[in-house]
Amino acid sequence: MSDSASKPRPQFRNISVPQIMSYRLPLAGKSSILHRVSGALLFLCLPLVIVPLFALSVTSPETYASIAEWVSNPLCKLVLLVLIWGYLHHFCAGIRYLILDLHIGMDKVSAQKSAGLVFGVSLALTLVFGLKLFGVW
Amino acid sequence: MATQERVGTKRIVVGAHYGTFDFIVQRCTAVIMAIYTLVLFFGVLFTSGMGFESWQNLFTFHVGVVPVGQLLATLAFISLTWHAWIGVRDIWMDYVKPAGIRLLLQVLTVLWLVGSIVYFAKVLWSL
Repeated sequence: MSDSASKPRPQFRNISVPQIMSYRLPLAGKSSILHRVSGALLFLCLPLVIVPLFALSVTSPETYASIAEWVSNPLCKLVLLVLIWGYLHHFCAGIRYLILDLHIGMDKVSAQKSAGLVFGVSLALTLVFGLKLFGVW
Repeated sequence: MATQERVGTKRIVVGAHYGTFDFIVQRCTAVIMAIYTLVLFFGVLFTSGMGFESWQNLFTFHVGVVPVGQLLATLAFISLTWHAWIGVRDIWMDYVKPAGIRLLLQVLTVLWLVGSIVYFAKVLWSL
């Protein structure tokens, strides 16, 4: 058992969904919860979407070409776009955590700024890959 | 013992310290995946006429007789699953309190990830 000399900390249980929705998180908090959500999403999609897609892309020229067909379905496009966003957000927020671990940018103002940067970079890159995916160029 | 393991003035650290190990593993695997992501990204970016052949080559190239492409991809994938295990286990520990359900979810997580490794390895090493 963990042995703590301090008083037991108050616990807030059974927070209802409307409360969670109206709870205003700072930008760093939003980045944090989305880091978790995107990680869970990538975990769930790993053997369902990511590895099968990898298999199609490397196995033969025919399977490589079949991806274009698969992606022409709007629903598949959406799934792929969400996964691209998930990867990019997880990547950018993860790098921010690694930098914070080095005790760089720990004060409140720079931590808020770097959280904003995470959203800026990951959403901009998602837009770039999204435009590429939807065949804009 | 307790006096040596005192953190600050209030908290006494006890236990097997596997949390510290997992903390470090989570960061090391993250760095490995980040580096491999950049290797692939620049590999794609600097290959002119990117198509099936050059894409496959990123995962099958050899240096001498050593299958470096496959080795790098395998190491990165093992890092990914180890990283995912720690992350997902943290999610279960945060939100699922009953020990039985938590254990079940953790076992399913391991099966999910080991299955992914075998699936990925089969695809990659049969190239």
